[in-house]
Amino acid sequence: MDTETHAAYKSRFLPWLLLLPTFVILLVFLYYPTLETFRLSLYRVAFLGLRKVYVGLENYREIFTNPEYLRIFWNTALYSFLVVFFSMAVGLFLSVLANQKVRGWRFYRLLLIWPYALSPAVAGVIFLFLFNPQAGIVNYFLDVLFGLRPDWLTQPALAISVLVAAAVWKNVGYNVVFYLAALQNLPGDVLEAALIDGATPWQRFWKVTFPLLSPMTFFLFVMNTIYAFFDTFPFVDLLTKGGPNGATNILIYNIYRDGFEFFKTGLAAAQSVVLFVGVVLLTLLQFRLGERRVHYGG
Amino acid sequence: MKRRKLLHAIAVHALLLLSVAVVAAPVVFAFIFSTQTPAEIFRYPPKFTLGSALFENYRVVWNQYHLGLYLKNSLFISVAVTVGKTIVSFLAALALVYFRFPLKSWVFTFILLTLMMPTEIMIVALFELVTDLGWVNSYAALIVPFLASATGTFLFRQQFLQIPESLVDAARIDGAGPLRFAWSILLPMSMNVVAAMAVIQFVYMWNQYLWPLVVIREGERQVIQVGLRMLTSGQDATNWGLVMAGAIVALLPALLVFLLLQEQFSRGFALAEEK
Repeated sequence: MDTETHAAYKSRFLPWLLLLPTFVILLVFLYYPTLETFRLSLYRVAFLGLRKVYVGLENYREIFTNPEYLRIFWNTALYSFLVVFFSMAVGLFLSVLANQKVRGWRFYRLLLIWPYALSPAVAGVIFLFLFNPQAGIVNYFLDVLFGLRPDWLTQPALAISVLVAAAVWKNVGYNVVFYLAALQNLPGDVLEAALIDGATPWQRFWKVTFPLLSPMTFFLFVMNTIYAFFDTFPFVDLLTKGGPNGATNILIYNIYRDGFEFFKTGLAAAQSVVLFVGVVLLTLLQFRLGERRVHYGG
Repeated sequence: MKRRKLLHAIAVHALLLLSVAVVAAPVVFAFIFSTQTPAEIFRYPPKFTLGSALFENYRVVWNQYHLGLYLKNSLFISVAVTVGKTIVSFLAALALVYFRFPLKSWVFTFILLTLMMPTEIMIVALFELVTDLGWVNSYAALIVPFLASATGTFLFRQQFLQIPESLVDAARIDGAGPLRFAWSILLPMSMNVVAAMAVIQFVYMWNQYLWPLVVIREGERQVIQVGLRMLTSGQDATNWGLVMAGAIVALLPALLVFLLLQEQFSRGFALAEEK
């Protein structure tokens, strides 16, 4: 669309005046702190936070060589992968289900997506209770069915599973909204052609539907990864505090701890820069794939 | 063939109902246990019906744990940001679409780039900035940094571009200035975007956790999400009934807004995706 056709008004000052609030806020509260984060990552705090000392790339050397920090990167990658994969897989499965031309799909959609309006903190405390070894009902059911009463938050693999379950439960609705919309907008003629060709439903889905959904899949991949990077902070903070023994300590949580509990501002800033680079790469990917979308003509 | 179709429909409904139940289960259990006393909660087998502490639990979290106050604070900052951001984005989009001015594409890129800068990434530097401004423990710290957004500007820009250009030409010929045009034609025609923005922004602000945790150090101005954290880490042995009552209180407002405006919510998402 030619964006200049609407530009009927001409004024020397008015457009700048209209843009001024946006400019000021973005400059002061987004651009400046972002640049400042880069600067802080080159300093280290000394004398109980009273003085900042320039240390060059020392903070980066530390986070990329210290095994404790390397473990945090690994945790972040693993946790993000699990959250993104299961959020999207379950979201897609539920969307396909709700798209089966059944009666009342709007009703089902609503009942599938509403947890999206809940906050991670609410989901976090609810899961903290559900998976509580003594009072939680998950262990009650496991005990009745299998005679098991695992201590969820003290074993690394189990603690990660609980975090992933909470994060997926909260976010699946978002993916259902988008996948269902995409499924309903698929070109009918292609699907019909596959039907006439006698493809089985399974083949039709993987050979026709899923490739047609790929622009949406890319978009959701980016959005879910950003969710896994940032919005999962409350889950870790409420459920595990990074434990047991650092097994669920992910970048965003460690940035908070280094920055606000241990006052290692420089290290926190350096980790923020790493996360920032990740987001920039994802955003660029999204813009590139956004162009591809047009090509698919969906 | 007909039989198979029927079986298929039954299977789909059954699976959907099962999924709906699994999705709802955590909140249903949270509500049930929010009405129970500690003795009822630790009973074996658990009691799956409403307990005897319904009013007691909600009264205690509302008053003793100050969730009533935190709820009010959350409501205040969420409404303030929603209204403020809508106005600020509307004005920016107005300039971008209806005015000719130099360096427009640069301005556009300037706004676009902030999509890559979530608050969480700069939290250490933002905290230092807000400290220098003397805003620690203030509502300003929870509101002002969120008043502008690329997403909001794009939602409005997208909407404006879909409005026929003949309208603005007609308005101009009739002698209506840009502000008059914006107020009496553009705004009424963009109410769907305003509604979508309202839901998305309200829920977004309502659910803020990390930033208030960092920047609000006293109880007085705390938001409800962080209030929940205090409930879990507070006293001696955790009283789960109180924690679940807190969770229900914290989830209701956002859920209500969502249910009332859910069509706009979905549509807002669809719009946001176009950006």
